[in-house]
Amino acid sequence: MTLRFTKDHEWVRIAGGVATVGVSAHAAEQLGDVVFVELPAVGRKFKKGDDMAVVESVKAASDVYAPISGEVVEINQSIVDDPAKVNADPQGAAWFVKLKASDPAEADSLMDESAYKSFAEQH
Amino acid sequence: MTMNREGRQSKGDAATANVVTFTGNRALQIEESLIFEKDAFASTGVDFPAPTGKHDRIGALKRTSAIGLPGLSEPEAMRHFVRLSQKNYAIDMGPFPLGSCTMKHNPRLNEKMARLPGFGDVHPLQPQSTVQGALEVIDTLAHWLMEMTGMPAVAMSPKAGAHGELCGMMAIKSALAARGKAHRTRVLAPESAHGTNPATAAQCGFTVDAIPADETGRVDLAAFRGKLGPDVAAIMVTNPNTCGLFERDIKAIADAVHEAGGYFYCDGANFNAIAGKVRPGDLGVDAMHINLHKTFSTPHGGGGPGAGPVVLSAALAPFAPVPYVVRDGGEFHLVETRRMAKSEGEGAAGGRITAFHGQMGMFVRALTYMLSHGGDGIRQASEDAVLNANYILARLKAEMTPAFPGYCMHEALFDDRFLMGTGVETLDFAKAMIDEGYHPMTMYFPLVVHGAMLIEPTESESKAELDLFCDALLDLARRAKAGETARFTASPMLSPRRRLDETAAARKPVLRWTPQQAPEAAE
Repeated sequence: MTLRFTKDHEWVRIAGGVATVGVSAHAAEQLGDVVFVELPAVGRKFKKGDDMAVVESVKAASDVYAPISGEVVEINQSIVDDPAKVNADPQGAAWFVKLKASDPAEADSLMDESAYKSFAEQH
Repeated sequence: MTMNREGRQSKGDAATANVVTFTGNRALQIEESLIFEKDAFASTGVDFPAPTGKHDRIGALKRTSAIGLPGLSEPEAMRHFVRLSQKNYAIDMGPFPLGSCTMKHNPRLNEKMARLPGFGDVHPLQPQSTVQGALEVIDTLAHWLMEMTGMPAVAMSPKAGAHGELCGMMAIKSALAARGKAHRTRVLAPESAHGTNPATAAQCGFTVDAIPADETGRVDLAAFRGKLGPDVAAIMVTNPNTCGLFERDIKAIADAVHEAGGYFYCDGANFNAIAGKVRPGDLGVDAMHINLHKTFSTPHGGGGPGAGPVVLSAALAPFAPVPYVVRDGGEFHLVETRRMAKSEGEGAAGGRITAFHGQMGMFVRALTYMLSHGGDGIRQASEDAVLNANYILARLKAEMTPAFPGYCMHEALFDDRFLMGTGVETLDFAKAMIDEGYHPMTMYFPLVVHGAMLIEPTESESKAELDLFCDALLDLARRAKAGETARFTASPMLSPRRRLDETAAARKPVLRWTPQQAPEAAE
């Protein structure tokens, strides 16, 4: 099981071909209080980099991109019902979607936790 | 306590600042409830005689409950709306640094003209023979808009900037379909674009592809060229852009998108910086909306009417919407349907995008502004807008951090680096401006700049007014750096309402007022 991060501040954790995706703690802090989350329907297919979800805070609306290609197999309805969860536990309970990865190796090119940490400090 | 000889108190006591009043009013800041809360059954603005010989006034129908309209006497209704109006902040009260259609100079002459009975009392369904003057205003305004932009056609009916965008992008979509290029579905827009640009493109069924900015805050030309392809329908660029910077490569961008077979939509929201200086037609623009309610006065802060005519290139002119005004000898008339347009030899005109011909009151004000300023006056208004913004940029640079190096156009953009480590955020800084008597600037936009603060001064502000504004902001910046964090996080402290809970308002909005139950009914 590997935890990887994108330059667009998403995280992805792959286990058994299924990728759990969310936004990083750094992103959640930068966004401020999240007030709205829109998730894709189960069954939607995304290519790496496609607009996949929308997260809106008191400051701005932001797109969440698919960190790797795949098909949505599960969404986290609890963050739609209570967007505050994204601020409370962004890299845990407030995951966004689970993707059946079409090519799990795509995650290899993403940053690991320490590389992301230094990336986030500059962005 | 300080007493003067007459025995009347002449100086305030510091303790009174936190006084709690019985009424909830703070001196002349009057607390005002919703109009429905003021409802009193016995009050009415008019007295009708009691109906005689009939059961009620609505025939055989029987009313089963209260109709829910507030009952107020005329003076009560008057006080309600005057009190509300006094809670508003407007360009007529003071500087309005918000970079938007709320900040524009609005000469009184405009208002005088718009209230002339022939304009003010006109009805859109009047016979055209009775509104020849109004039609001439539309036609004359259209002429000057085309003249100033160097474009051969203009659609006058769109009612706001975003509506104009929709009109222009629909013209592009129609042109692509008519020319066998419907497979072009991708629209390019810079990361710093107004949110309406990608929204409009998506509304028209296009997919949106963001172009990154270069380190100077402008379109990254290499990245833009890399995104061009046979599926590109158009590019949407604001110039000057939302960072307040002129897109220097605009002609190269236009040429490249034309060469690739796409159209160039220019977001004209910031035309007030270049009106009279630059003709968008010379830059290769195919469509551009003009916010009459900004570039040509009549700021509409608070939700008043807007008007967003769209100028169109020869390639897009056949796809303009109806209605439009034509002159036939000495008479003006409206071409109101596509069939009429065809019989006029105007080709395949687009359909109708609004009920009538546009926003008449705005047309009168915009034309008044244009004719009273003249070509030299409009050019000077643009120059003064740019000068004022650069004055603010130069002065505030002493304590605040500009987002990009160099001069700006009509708005000065700062980031939040100067607040780093102070515990004060852009939001707190903006709220503290309210206590100083200023409407806050645009904040957290454009998104490409961290903690953005975008200041657009009105071109008519005097140097003294700009200096006071700058002094106030410099003082705030110094206080933030000196560690007066609590003052900022608690602000505004002097406004009728303190810091509102924006998060709760967004997460649990209360969108409908419901009457509170009477105490005995609640039992």
